[in-house]
Amino acid sequence: MSPMPTTTTRALTALLAGLVFGLGLIAAGMTQPLKVQAFLDLGSTWDPSLALVMGAAVAVGLVAFAWARQRGKTWDGAPIDWPSATQIDGPLVLGGLLFGIGWGIAGFCPGPAIVALGSGWDDAAIFVAAMLVGMAAHDRLKR
Amino acid sequence: MTLDWTHFTPGSALAGGTLIGLACAVYLLGNGRIAGIAGVVGAPLEALLRGRSLAPQATRLLFLLGLLLSPWLWQLVAELPARQAGTSTGGLIAAGLLVGFGARLGNGCTSGHGVCGLSRLSLRSLVNVLVFMAAGFATVAVARHLPG
Repeated sequence: MSPMPTTTTRALTALLAGLVFGLGLIAAGMTQPLKVQAFLDLGSTWDPSLALVMGAAVAVGLVAFAWARQRGKTWDGAPIDWPSATQIDGPLVLGGLLFGIGWGIAGFCPGPAIVALGSGWDDAAIFVAAMLVGMAAHDRLKR
Repeated sequence: MTLDWTHFTPGSALAGGTLIGLACAVYLLGNGRIAGIAGVVGAPLEALLRGRSLAPQATRLLFLLGLLLSPWLWQLVAELPARQAGTSTGGLIAAGLLVGFGARLGNGCTSGHGVCGLSRLSLRSLVNVLVFMAAGFATVAVARHLPG
């Protein structure tokens, strides 16, 4: 898949991306489960903040991804590994369904839960541990 | 439905979203990959469980390290948000299992299908996002507003 060696530049951009992504999640309020659930709760007064998080992220992403597609290669000249799947099938829909139910129950999705774990929060550690078991269970069943 | 103006935080939401978008751009152009957390976590986990080398996973693991270190960096300049869980311990376990299994089955989550998928105008990602959003809204509606 990725024969490209992990150069210092690649290592640093990966670490930087993770740091900035995490800071963005904290700033956005995504690491606060009650904030996430307030967005998902249309039944009382609605906090639409998270729609703006997604809107801003996608607005930046649209420009950046269009630029990357036009460039056709990474900063170090390697090909970009674009996802190739396009099919809309059962696993895609069932996966989204299960994911959404879990997201609603806990108010955590994978990225924010890992950031919250990094802050030493025990509830996030429980969620992440269960998430890893869920991922491993899927891979085991698929095998 | 009325807007909750007291808890609405448009400024920090837009700032946070912008940072998330920039991070995806840096990862894409720096490493040629989509910054999807389900894959960033799932691929090294799969390699580990199957006894494969973790060397090809190095940049994913570094991205994860960045995520884990971000709260430490944050608290050097500002206070971290207060910790309030959204559910009980049992709920956290059930939710974690569902999120982990579902993210792998659907091959993406809020970042991979959400931010990155929508940014590259993928219909497949849009379908996944609409499904998990609808499921999230429905779940909170049931949990908070269903009598009994």
